[in-house]
Amino acid sequence: MSKELDKEYYKAERKAEWRNKLRKEIKSKERTNVVRVQMPEADPNIRNKSNIEVNKGLTLEMAVSESSRCLDCVVPTCVSGCPVGTNIPKFVKYIESGDILGAAKVLKENNSLPAICGRVCPQEIQCEAQCVYVKKLSKEGSAIGYLERFAADYERESGNSSIPELAEPNGIKMAVIGSGPAGLTVAGELAKFGYDVTVFEALHDLGGVLKYGIPEFRLPKDIVDFEINTIKQMGVKFVTNFIVGKTATIDDLKNEGFEAFFVASGAGLPNFMNIPGENFNGIQSANEFLTRVNLMNGADANFDTPVHTGKNVVIVGGGNTAMDSVRTAKRMGAKRAMIVYRRSQEEMPARAEEIKHAIEEGIEFINLASPIEYFADENGMVNKMKVQKMKLGEPDASGRRRPEAIEGSEYTIDVDSVIIAVGVSPNPIIQQSMPELETTKWNTIKVDENMMTSVPGLFAGGDIVRGGATVILAMGDGRKAAQGMHKYIKETILAEV
Amino acid sequence: MYKIIDKEFLSENVARLVIEAPYIAKSRKAGNFIILRIDKNGERIPLTIADANIEKGTITVIVQRVGVSSHKLCAMNIGDALLDVVGPLGKETHISNVGTVLCAGGGVGVAPLFPIVQAMKLAGNRVITVIAARTKDLVILEDEMRAYSDELIIMTDDGSLGKKGLVTQGMEEVILREKVNEAVVIGPAIMMKYAALTTKKYDIPTVASLNTIMVDGTGMCGACRVSVGGKTEFVCVNGPEFDAHKVNFDEMMFRLNAYKTKEAEGYSDYLKSLESTAPALV
Ligand SMILES: Cc1cc2nc3c(=O)[nH]c(=O)nc-3n(C[C@H](O)[C@H](O)[C@H](O)COP(=O)(O)OP(=O)(O)OC[C@H]3O[C@@H](n4cnc5c(N)ncnc54)[C@H](O)[C@@H]3O)c2cc1C
Ligand SMILES: Cc1cc2nc3c(=O)[nH]c(=O)nc-3n(C[C@H](O)[C@H](O)[C@H](O)COP(=O)(O)OP(=O)(O)OC[C@H]3O[C@@H](n4cnc5c(N)ncnc54)[C@H](O)[C@@H]3O)c2cc1C
Ligand code: SF4
Ligand code: SF4
Ligand code: FES
Repeated sequence: MSKELDKEYYKAERKAEWRNKLRKEIKSKERTNVVRVQMPEADPNIRNKSNIEVNKGLTLEMAVSESSRCLDCVVPTCVSGCPVGTNIPKFVKYIESGDILGAAKVLKENNSLPAICGRVCPQEIQCEAQCVYVKKLSKEGSAIGYLERFAADYERESGNSSIPELAEPNGIKMAVIGSGPAGLTVAGELAKFGYDVTVFEALHDLGGVLKYGIPEFRLPKDIVDFEINTIKQMGVKFVTNFIVGKTATIDDLKNEGFEAFFVASGAGLPNFMNIPGENFNGIQSANEFLTRVNLMNGADANFDTPVHTGKNVVIVGGGNTAMDSVRTAKRMGAKRAMIVYRRSQEEMPARAEEIKHAIEEGIEFINLASPIEYFADENGMVNKMKVQKMKLGEPDASGRRRPEAIEGSEYTIDVDSVIIAVGVSPNPIIQQSMPELETTKWNTIKVDENMMTSVPGLFAGGDIVRGGATVILAMGDGRKAAQGMHKYIKETILAEV
Repeated sequence: MYKIIDKEFLSENVARLVIEAPYIAKSRKAGNFIILRIDKNGERIPLTIADANIEKGTITVIVQRVGVSSHKLCAMNIGDALLDVVGPLGKETHISNVGTVLCAGGGVGVAPLFPIVQAMKLAGNRVITVIAARTKDLVILEDEMRAYSDELIIMTDDGSLGKKGLVTQGMEEVILREKVNEAVVIGPAIMMKYAALTTKKYDIPTVASLNTIMVDGTGMCGACRVSVGGKTEFVCVNGPEFDAHKVNFDEMMFRLNAYKTKEAEGYSDYLKSLESTAPALV
């Protein structure tokens, strides 16, 4: 996850006049005594009944104070924790100096969606985990995510956000498949190089998981739409209701003049556990539940799509998807909204902040337990589940301690709704439509160091290459692939003329 | 936007719509379906592509009025446009020359059966088609079916057209009379269950096309899942057609009713709203 840090570059940058001056204004000792900012949050007992965003965002004063904690280190180890190598000290120091738009500009050099990453990156295991405060001073890390969100929101709300500079149009057609963070990033980057870019999206709305998965209370849809609009203003065309591999194949698109392709079709296929009773009514995948609520507005009576929830809702799993589902179920009126997770809280893959928020909102955690069977009433509607207690054994390949079943520890829980959030697999449609495309045994697409697949001119990135990963990794892939695609075009088409 | 080019009612509650969708018209195969959304508050509903015209860039769907969305769709007119249409979805029907194929359709299952009858005939099979309805007025696509079938048997519950009886009786009559190499059954789950039991008795390989509840239609949600031979399958990507002898139809019937109360409430609210706004319209 971490990147090699170009120490000389950062040392030179740090010597800029304004940075020298800023550093001298407050002594390092004093900086370390500043208390880490607290994110203002909506009241847990109000927000768990509504869709308002939980984190309210920092005020200018809070942001400046927090940015003054950053020591502008000679070796900014934080940067090596960011998958896209954001120039963290530079943007943070811009905030301290009061030049917020300058900070936003620095962010956008490496990251086309900072308002989104500031909200959803697992900072505590990425940039903030590598901050000197955590590594050397045993204190809470610099609040890089909050500051990133602050700068990006400030720019958007100021009305001063500009579209990036674009190269002369070169008329070369490029196709992007999927409008999640990987696809959006590639589209933006290719537009900057002057390409004629079209994004094809299977669903009727754009944004991928950012729209149908992550709920409004964590990532407002307006913010995602704002970013998509910026990319539209850069000349990128979007075609919804278009499934590449079904509506038209890659070959059909080649015949329409597309020269290179980027597959960002994501990991949309929900896993089930294949245990007895799992197909009873009232048991659904997190994708189904979240799609009905987020994409189809199922919780709103003015919309035709129904959605099933209950009073006693269990979500199986411990990742972001599980947290989003359980908190959504709570908001839809569950009396008991429960997480059933087979390891302990420490092993949960969800962002630390989401777990904290879930606890505040009254979510129950049934850890070290795993479902083994479901039961239903005479109409096939789930009414009970049997779980087995687990204990943690030796660490497995991933380094996490392997859960082991405790014989004879089974018990039942009354439920009227169950949501399965035990992971996703790669979307298979493109692979099925292209037998020549090389895949791994997990059905992810194989790529080389330029993100090109076994098919020349066809690139891929994001979850379709990594399996279920993160927004920032998907974006990082997008940036790298855009470079790879540009290189490919230069070496093939442009070399011929 | 996807414009409605033509529309007619085939029976009181069944309408045929011709919709502009050039890409889908070109790539669709027998057995494929689309998902459409009428307007921004609408749900995504799956409908089989009954026919297509590549030159005109249109597809044909046949829809039966059963709830809010199908009602709204039947109320749309030529010149109106649907907000979203996506497809073609699902795997195509495996069509080959096997000899004699028995095609059986019940209710609105007759619509999705039509492109299969057509393709089976064009592949050189002897095609015997059995279509069933409650009563004469509900029989649809009679002429179309006849044009592509070596024999067409119509069954009605009340005997008002063709023979009196159930679809399974019509099927059994054929099976007892001549060698049937393959059967295709499409209709309400309960009909497919009994049709499958009938062909199983005579060891005839049988395909059923399943009309489960769907959301995305691309394998993303699992709403459409069914058990086939004890294994969970997603109908939208691995179907809609499966070996009828292996499908757990009882489970499928339960799952079709998952939203029954909510849908029924929504439908009666919708019908009431129509009544209350009706005077304002005239
Ligand atoms: C509920 C939930 C919460 C999450 N929370 C976080 C979080 O807090 N932080 C974080 O970093 N990550 C989180 N993730 C993970 C993160 O969202 C994904 O890693 C990321 O979205 C992957 O981006 P992507 O562009 O590869 O694919 P996706 O976002 O999955 O987008 C793929 C898009 O491609 C479309 N598509 C698929 N096939 C085709 C086709 N054949 N033709 C056309 N279009 C197609 C799909 O409809 C979809 O819109 C979460 C995921 C979920 C499900
Ligand atoms: C692959 C596929 C192909 C289909 N092809 C056609 C077609 O060509 N023509 C057509 O008219 N319909 C077809 N259907 C069924 C159609 O999608 C549903 O009738 C429609 O979604 C109902 O929407 P509604 O809002 O009008 O009714 P709802 O309010 O959703 O339902 C009303 C009533 O119908 C029942 N119902 C809901 N969904 C289904 C279903 N899928 N099958 C049977 N009963 C259901 C409910 O239990 C409820 O009682 C197909 C379904 C699938 C999955
Ligand atoms: S993009 Fe994510 S990991 Fe990188 S600095 Fe921003 S919040 Fe940290
Ligand atoms: S490591 Fe921490 S203190 Fe040092 S530059 Fe990075 S954010 Fe600032
Ligand atoms: S409809 Fe969602 S997976 Fe089939």
